[in-house]
Amino acid sequence: MTHNIYIYILIMAAVSYAIRVLPLTLIRKPLENQFLQSFLYYVPYVTLAVMTFPAIIHATQSPIAGALALIIGIAAAWMGAGLLPVAVICCAVVFVAEFFL
Amino acid sequence: MNESKAQGFRLGMRDGIPIGLGYLAVAFSLGITARNAGLNAFQGFLISILNNASAGEYAGITVIAANAAYAEIAIVTLITNARYLLMSCAMSQRLEPGLSLGHRLLMGFDITDELFGIAIARPGYLNPYYTYGAMLMAMPGWSIGTSLGIIAGNILPERVVSALSVALFGMFLAVIIPPARKNKVVAVLVALSFAASFAFSVLPLVSTLSDGTRTIILTVVISAGAALLFPVPREKPAAKSDFTESDAEKGASHS
Repeated sequence: MTHNIYIYILIMAAVSYAIRVLPLTLIRKPLENQFLQSFLYYVPYVTLAVMTFPAIIHATQSPIAGALALIIGIAAAWMGAGLLPVAVICCAVVFVAEFFL
Repeated sequence: MNESKAQGFRLGMRDGIPIGLGYLAVAFSLGITARNAGLNAFQGFLISILNNASAGEYAGITVIAANAAYAEIAIVTLITNARYLLMSCAMSQRLEPGLSLGHRLLMGFDITDELFGIAIARPGYLNPYYTYGAMLMAMPGWSIGTSLGIIAGNILPERVVSALSVALFGMFLAVIIPPARKNKVVAVLVALSFAASFAFSVLPLVSTLSDGTRTIILTVVISAGAALLFPVPREKPAAKSDFTESDAEKGASHS
């Protein structure tokens, strides 16, 4: 049997939306439980860190370029550069580095 | 919050521009995958504007290409996007408790790694209009990029795609590093997360899990451990409703 591509897309959309919107609509108050509060406080930092490395070194053609972007990006963010500057710096590092690698 | 609607929207658009550009590049390569699976440009646009998920869409497109059962695409989407469930829980704690259902339904539509990243970097309660501004910049990049990838294939030089592909990671660093500088626990967690994530990507067995599944396991284990060992002192989130330029530059709050 051949499946309809639009039905596939609608199922994906429904599942994606439910996942994103249910916690946001069901959890209407600050959680009282200190463990849960602390857990959700740490989640963003851990999840973003997990997704950044080692993925950044696989994203570029040369892993060394990705590693350089990571190190220089951390340094720039440490010194207080904002979202756009750090993003641009990382791109520039890869672009320049891959001339030589 | 009334006076700051326009201001929040403008700030959101500003922070959403680099995300939209990064999405354009990443979605382009997603479009190439979609074209190989037999999707046309309109279907690619639709799948991206409705899903706003990179790994989830890649996985879904492979299911479509395999002409698998409808139930299978539901399960694959659930697993690859499950991290958004955690992000949505975390984000619920950054919303004003009385925020209306309508705002919550709209804000939830585009919780992605990147938009979540910039949202949690905002001080105090999250201004819904900030999220809308960022969505307005990010969603076209993602959906149009997918269509362009289907139509145009490989026109962007590979070196440009390579450079653009780290833009999103650069933004993640800008979100997690400033709080790590201020808070030693967060700094240790970031380093530990890097190390554990690397280990999981090379160790036997766990390295065969999908990226999304590894992200969920590591996030839950490391965050739960940290919550047990270093509970965050109970305090109310700073109920700031003044969304100013200077606040935006301060980075993540410790609410």
